[in-house]
Amino acid sequence: MSLLGTLLGLVVLLLALAVAALASRPGTLWPRIVYGGSLLVAVAIGITASLALATAAEPARLVLPIGLPWLGLHLRLDALSAFFLLLLGIGAAIASLFASGYGGSEPEPGRILPFYPGFLAAMAMVCLADDAFAFLFFWEVMSLLSFALVLVGHEEETSRDAARFYLVMAGFGTMALLLTMGLLAGPEGSYDFEAIRTRELDPGLATIAFLLAIVGAGSKAGLVPFHVWLPLAHPAAPSPVSALMSGVMTKVALYGLLRLAFDLIGDPLWWWGTLLVALGTGGAVLALVHALVERDAKRLLAWSTIENIGIVAAATGLALAFSAAGLALPAALAVTAALLHALNHTVFKTLLFCGAGAVLHATGTRDLEKLGGLIHRLPFTGAAVLVGSAAISALPPLNGFVSEWLLFQAILVSPDLPQATLRLVIPAAGALLALAAAMAAACFVRFYGIVFLGRPRSPEAAGAHEVDLLSRAGLLVPATLCLLLGVFPAPVIDLLGPVVTGLGLGSSLPEQGVGGWLSLQPIPERRASYDGLVLFSFLILAGAFTAALVHRLGGAGLRRGPIWDCGYPDPAPSTQYTAASMGQPIRRVMGPLLLAAEEHVVMPPPLDPSPARLDVRLSDRVMDGLYRPLTTAVLALADRLNPLQFQTIRRYLVLVFLVLVGLLVLTAAGR
Amino acid sequence: MRLLLELLAQGVQMFLVLLTAPLLLGWTRKVRARLLRRQGPDLLQPYRDLWRLLCKEPVLAENASWLFRVAPYAVFTTVWIAAALVPTYATGLLFNWATDLIALVAFLGFARFALALAGMDVGTAFGGIGSSREMMIASLAEPAMLLVVFTVALLAGSTQLSAIAEFMLREPVGLRVSLGLALVALLMVAIAENARIPVDNPTTHLELTMVHEAMVLEYSGRHLALIEAAASLKLVAYLSLVACLFFPFGMVPTGSSPIFYPLGILAWIVKMTVLGTALATFETAIAKMRVFRVPEFLGGALVLGFLGTLLLFVSRVL
Repeated sequence: MSLLGTLLGLVVLLLALAVAALASRPGTLWPRIVYGGSLLVAVAIGITASLALATAAEPARLVLPIGLPWLGLHLRLDALSAFFLLLLGIGAAIASLFASGYGGSEPEPGRILPFYPGFLAAMAMVCLADDAFAFLFFWEVMSLLSFALVLVGHEEETSRDAARFYLVMAGFGTMALLLTMGLLAGPEGSYDFEAIRTRELDPGLATIAFLLAIVGAGSKAGLVPFHVWLPLAHPAAPSPVSALMSGVMTKVALYGLLRLAFDLIGDPLWWWGTLLVALGTGGAVLALVHALVERDAKRLLAWSTIENIGIVAAATGLALAFSAAGLALPAALAVTAALLHALNHTVFKTLLFCGAGAVLHATGTRDLEKLGGLIHRLPFTGAAVLVGSAAISALPPLNGFVSEWLLFQAILVSPDLPQATLRLVIPAAGALLALAAAMAAACFVRFYGIVFLGRPRSPEAAGAHEVDLLSRAGLLVPATLCLLLGVFPAPVIDLLGPVVTGLGLGSSLPEQGVGGWLSLQPIPERRASYDGLVLFSFLILAGAFTAALVHRLGGAGLRRGPIWDCGYPDPAPSTQYTAASMGQPIRRVMGPLLLAAEEHVVMPPPLDPSPARLDVRLSDRVMDGLYRPLTTAVLALADRLNPLQFQTIRRYLVLVFLVLVGLLVLTAAGR
Repeated sequence: MRLLLELLAQGVQMFLVLLTAPLLLGWTRKVRARLLRRQGPDLLQPYRDLWRLLCKEPVLAENASWLFRVAPYAVFTTVWIAAALVPTYATGLLFNWATDLIALVAFLGFARFALALAGMDVGTAFGGIGSSREMMIASLAEPAMLLVVFTVALLAGSTQLSAIAEFMLREPVGLRVSLGLALVALLMVAIAENARIPVDNPTTHLELTMVHEAMVLEYSGRHLALIEAAASLKLVAYLSLVACLFFPFGMVPTGSSPIFYPLGILAWIVKMTVLGTALATFETAIAKMRVFRVPEFLGGALVLGFLGTLLLFVSRVL
C-alpha cells in the first residue's frame, strides 16, 4: 500500500476516533482510549512520513471524488509534506502520551475528546492538500476545532474572551489566504496546485499574493505583528492542547507559508526575504521582552513560541533572499536551519508546555508568584523541564544550539548577496538574533528558577505531588529527543535533503557525517564544523575526571546546615526574589522602548509609617499601536454606515437601481 | 605518531591553562596592590586558597537541591573546555574541528546558565540579585561577543578557531577599522563577563551591588573551589582569545616541528603577563559603575561590534 494511502487511512482512523469519542462520559476509560489511540496513530504517521523522506520517492498524488464536483480532492505527498507530517507525528505523540496520564480525570471529557483527534486529522490533511479548496477547508477546520478546544476552559471569562479573539483572527487569516489563492488561481479559476505551479504570475500580483500569504499564514503561526491572539489563546487551552497548538499548529502554518512562498508563488523578488527577516527578528526580541515580564507560566511559554517562530521566519526570509540572488548552497543552508529549528522547537516546546501542565495539575496554579521549590516535590518534571529550558536557550550539546549555529553560519555567508539593502539589513538581523538568543536564556533562567528552585511561595506549591507514570513518560521522551537531536544532528540534516531540493532551491547541503565522527560541515570551503558527539563525550569525560580528582583530593563528605544568607537568614519565603524581581533589570533596560514601561514611586514623607507604592505600567505596543486604532476605525465606520439599515423602501429601490447602473457602466468600460 | 603528538599538544594546552590560571589571578592582584602602594598577597596565594577550599567540607543549605551540588562541576567543566579550545601557543589544536567560536561562546553561556540557576536554588534575596543582574549583563554582553565573532569570522572566512588563528598569523591583515572596533568591543565584553571593575567588584563579598559574588554566596568548600577555579579559567580564556585574535605573534603555526612549542608557550606567558598588567592598571584607574550604567557600557560594546560586522558586510577593504 502506498505511503499516501497509509497516511489517508490513518487520518480516517483519527476521524473515526473523534466520532466515537462523542459518546464519552466522565469517569470512564474514554480519555485513555482516545489519547492512547491518538498516540498510536501519531507514531504511525511519524514512521510513515520518515519512510517517505528516507526513500526520497517521487511525490505521490491522489485525486478523490469528494468535495466540489468540478474539483474533487487533490492530495499530494512530497518531501515538504512528509517533513511536516513527521513533525506533527512527533509533537502529537508527545502530547498524547502526556495527556493519557492525568487526562483520565477530565471533568467534562465530551468537551475535549471528540475535538482532539479531529484537530490532529485536520492538521495532517492541511499538509497533504494539493488544491486550494482542500487546503483552505482543512485550514478552517483546524482553526474551528482548536477554537472548540480553547473553549474547554469556558467557565473563566478570560478563556471566553481569548477564544472569541482567536476566532476573529483565524477568520481574518483565512480571508487573507482565500485572497492569496484567488490571486494564484487567476481568472480561469484553476484551483489545483499543479495548475498553479505551472502558471506564470505577474511580479506585482505575485508580491500582493506573498504579502497576503504572510498575513494569512503568519497570523496562524504567530508572526509579529499578527501574533496578538497567541498569548491569549494558547494558555487558555488544556496543557496537551496548548502543546499541540504551540508545537504543531504553528508549524503547519509555517508549512503553508513555505508551500506558498517557495512552491506556489515561486520566483521570489529580492526584497521579500528582507521583510520576513525584519519581521522575524524584530518580533523575536519583542516577544522575549514580553516573556520576561510575564507572570503566567503558560503565557510566558506562548511568548517564547512567538520568538522561535520569528527565528524560523527569519531563516526562511534569508533563504528567500539567497534564492532570489541565485545562491543555491547558502539558500539550502538557510532553509535547513529553518526546518531544523521548527523540528527542535516542536520537541522542546511540547516538553515545556507538558511540564507547565504537570505543574498546573500538581499545584492548581499557573501564577509564577505562587510557585517555587518544585524541584523537590516534582523531581522528574523538574529534571525534564531543565533539559527543555537548556535546549530552548540554545546551549550545547542540546538540539537548540545546532539550529542556531546553522542560522549563524547562514548569516556569515550573507555578504555574497548583491543588493546593498540586504547587506545592511542582515547584519542588523544577526545582531537581533544574537540578542534574542541571550534573552531567551535569561527568560528561561527566570522561568525555571522561579517555578522549580527556591522555596515554595504558597501552600499549594509546598504540597505538590509528582505526576503519574504516563505523564512522566510524556516528559522523558522529548527530553531524551532533545539530547539525541543535539548529539546526532547529521542524520536529521541528511533526512532534510529531499525537502530542500523539493523546494526548488537548486541543490541541497552536502552529505553530513562524512567528516569523521558524525560531524556537521555545512559548507566545506567555509571550514566551519560542529561535532555534537565529540563535544558531548568531551563534556562527560572532563566532568567525570574533575569529579574524580576533586573527590580524591578533597574528600566526598558534606554537611547540611541552615541557609547562610550572609548571617541573616529569614524563614519567610517571601524574602526571596519573585518573578517580577527577576525580570526587573531587563524590564528597566528594555522596557521603556519595547513595552512603554512607566514606573511611579510614591514615597511617604519622613516619619509617616504608611508603605511606599511602586506602580509599574506596561502596555503592548503592537496592540495599542496597530489593533486598537484599527478596531476604533472599523467601529466608527460601522456606526456611520448604520443608518443604511433604517431607510424606506423607496430609498432602497433607488439604491438598487443606482448600483445596477454602476455595474453595467463598469462592465461596459472593462470590455 | 602525528595523532599522538597532536593529542599530546591538546592535553598540554588543557593542563597549561588549568595550572596557570591561578597564577594569572595572583599576578593581577599583585600588580593592583603594588599600584595602590601595598605589598599585596603572594603570587602563589590563589593556589593556597584553592587548596584550602578543596580540603574543606562543604556546608549546604537544608533545602539545596541536586542542581546546587552538580552546578559547580558543570560550570568548571564547561569553562575548562572553553579555555582549552582557545589556541594559546599553537594555532592548530586537535579538537578545533569539533567546535568553533560560536560554540565557545555557547559553552560560556552554559556555565552562566548553570551558575544563575544555582544562585536561585536556595531561595535567598542575594542569590536572586546575583542571578537577575548576571542575566541582564549577559543579555547584552553575549550578543556583543557574538558580533565580535562575526567580525573576525567574516574576515578570516571561517568560524573555526584554528583557521582564524592561522589567518591572523599568516595573512598580512594590517590595521583595519573593523578589527579595531572588534578589539575594543571584545575588551569591554571581557571586563563585563569576568566580573571586573568597572562592572563588578571581584574582591569583596558583602556589597549589595555584587553580581557574581552574590550568586555564589551559599557555596563553600570544594564547590566554592571549583567555582573560583572556573572564574580564573574564564579570565584566562578571554585574555587568550584577545591575544590569539589580535596579537598572534609568537604562536606556532600548524605543520611546524614541535621544537618551537616551548617558544610558543613562552610567548603566551609574556602576552598573559602584559594583558594581566594592563587589566590591573585599568581596574586601579577607574571606579566601579552603578549597576544600571552597565547596560549603557555594554550597549556601547554591542554598537561597536555591530559596526565592525556592518563594515565587513558593506565593504571588503575596511
